[in-house]
Amino acid sequence: MPMTLPTESLRILLLDEQAERFPVMEAALTAAGYKVVGKVTTADNIQAAVERTRPDVIIADLDSPGRDTLESMQALNRKQPRPIVMFTNDGDRATIQLAVESGVTAYVVDGMLPERIKPILEVAMMRFHEYQKLRDELELTRLQLNERRHIEKAKGLLMKRKGLDEDKAYALLRRMAMDRHMKLAELARSIVAAAELLE
Amino acid sequence: MIGQEHTINLGYLPLLDAAPLLLAQELGFFSEAGLKVRLSREASWANIRDKLCAGTLQGAQLLVPMLISINLGLNRVKTALTSSFVLNQNGNSFTVSIALSEQLRLVNPEAMASAHTSVLTMKRLIQKRRERGEAAFTFAVVYPYSCHNYLLRYWLAAGGIHPDHDVNLVVIPPSQMVAQLQSGRIDGFCAGEPWGQLAASMGSGHTLLSTWDIWHNAPEKVLAVHQDWAAQHPDTYSALLKVLLKACRWLAETSNREDALLLLAQPQCLGTEADFLHWGLLAGKHNFHQHSANYPWPAHMAWLAAQMLRWSHLVPAQLSGGFLNDIFPAGIFRTICVQEGLAVPPEAAPTLVGYHAAPWQCGDVSLGADRFIDGIRFDSSGISEYLQQFPISNLPGT
Repeated sequence: MPMTLPTESLRILLLDEQAERFPVMEAALTAAGYKVVGKVTTADNIQAAVERTRPDVIIADLDSPGRDTLESMQALNRKQPRPIVMFTNDGDRATIQLAVESGVTAYVVDGMLPERIKPILEVAMMRFHEYQKLRDELELTRLQLNERRHIEKAKGLLMKRKGLDEDKAYALLRRMAMDRHMKLAELARSIVAAAELLE
Repeated sequence: MIGQEHTINLGYLPLLDAAPLLLAQELGFFSEAGLKVRLSREASWANIRDKLCAGTLQGAQLLVPMLISINLGLNRVKTALTSSFVLNQNGNSFTVSIALSEQLRLVNPEAMASAHTSVLTMKRLIQKRRERGEAAFTFAVVYPYSCHNYLLRYWLAAGGIHPDHDVNLVVIPPSQMVAQLQSGRIDGFCAGEPWGQLAASMGSGHTLLSTWDIWHNAPEKVLAVHQDWAAQHPDTYSALLKVLLKACRWLAETSNREDALLLLAQPQCLGTEADFLHWGLLAGKHNFHQHSANYPWPAHMAWLAAQMLRWSHLVPAQLSGGFLNDIFPAGIFRTICVQEGLAVPPEAAPTLVGYHAAPWQCGDVSLGADRFIDGIRFDSSGISEYLQQFPISNLPGT
């Protein structure tokens, strides 16, 4: 007869310095059938949160200084629970490398089977990665918007100063950029900056 | 040229004692020596350890006991590291909340007179609080395998306080110490200066002692690298240590102090006010070079290992087979001293620590004072006998 697996879902605590990532992570983990029992940043009382919420797994942002607090609960504090970093096998370099690359790591309560943790870590790594991509895209969009604004402004300046229409001003801007081996946005920014200086 | 073949990635935490690394970069010492070094600012000691294990970092600034903990895999993550360079000695202080300092004065108006009277008063205060059924004090250190932890434990135990039974020790990152002291979550913290100075200047803490009062000239941070990397790139490794030695000597010149503080205050370094770093340097008694501070003294490492045994963070078998000498060899440092025309410490380094209240001469070199608060002396050739004399410990049978 096959053994029955415990049906209750694993309890997860999140440690992250970017609190705006909490909802994304919580939604993803909940959808995967886990229970998020707490969300903390380094400014919170991490040890008390671990003692209060008694998580099975702690998912931690690699850039959270609070990681050192989690590490200490194994060495300093004799009370349960005692979270340990999940790389339990000596020389498990591949898992550590993966964690370092993805910016996320996990702590588990001593005795937890690694097979039960792997899927959680996979979800966490994927979400971290997606979140980072989203942030990078937002940053790119912001840059592009800025560039477009500078070009519009430079064009406006040329129209006013030289009495050109919009198309001619734009053509002049392009020719100047080509002559100077500059990107259009770069040239536009320096024209705007120079105009501000002269005002 | 040496080291041109690859970039050396070195990890550090933005603390005052990362100064030799930061200054070597800012002053161009690395590039002058033909070394391509990238300094990687990290958020936690755990991160530094993981990145060393993952191979992202070739080396890093480490708390001295971490050289033992990472080589043994005490946090389950393990890699073979070597160190032959101490970046600095001293630097930490123990700061308590204003409320706790007032309670100490109520028990004994002279409580703050010395690190002796403060711990004896603390012991009486803890007893009174226990009789009244009040909660134990919570004190924070920066990492379990740190000098902060072992020196604070030594001081508490010297006063008759058991660090695991009579108080609650926790770990909090240095940057959070002041806020947590203000909020009343902790009653005191042991961290590198200028954190104690910051708490005092904000009126939320009283600095009770400098860890110098517990052990004069305790080694604080080392530069550690992968054993494999050191073996594969002996010339680059030697050049790297020479640059650090140069940076430490530069830093030790009083005439360079002001420039050093201005460089360190920059946002890409520590991003703190230079004045503040200056107070921190004075209060922490940081020593970056004087009295052979950079030399990897085997007896100093052995004393820290003895503390790890005392509190059951290690068992004796883990130190067998010359383990400490393997991870903290002095040979390369001795060769560098010869090449740079500096005095070389005697081949047989002293095994005794705690005999000197003032600087002293050891062969051709001058060494710093090395006394412990209780005057007890340490002989690294007899660790178990040494540990027997302490009534408070976690050793089996106590």
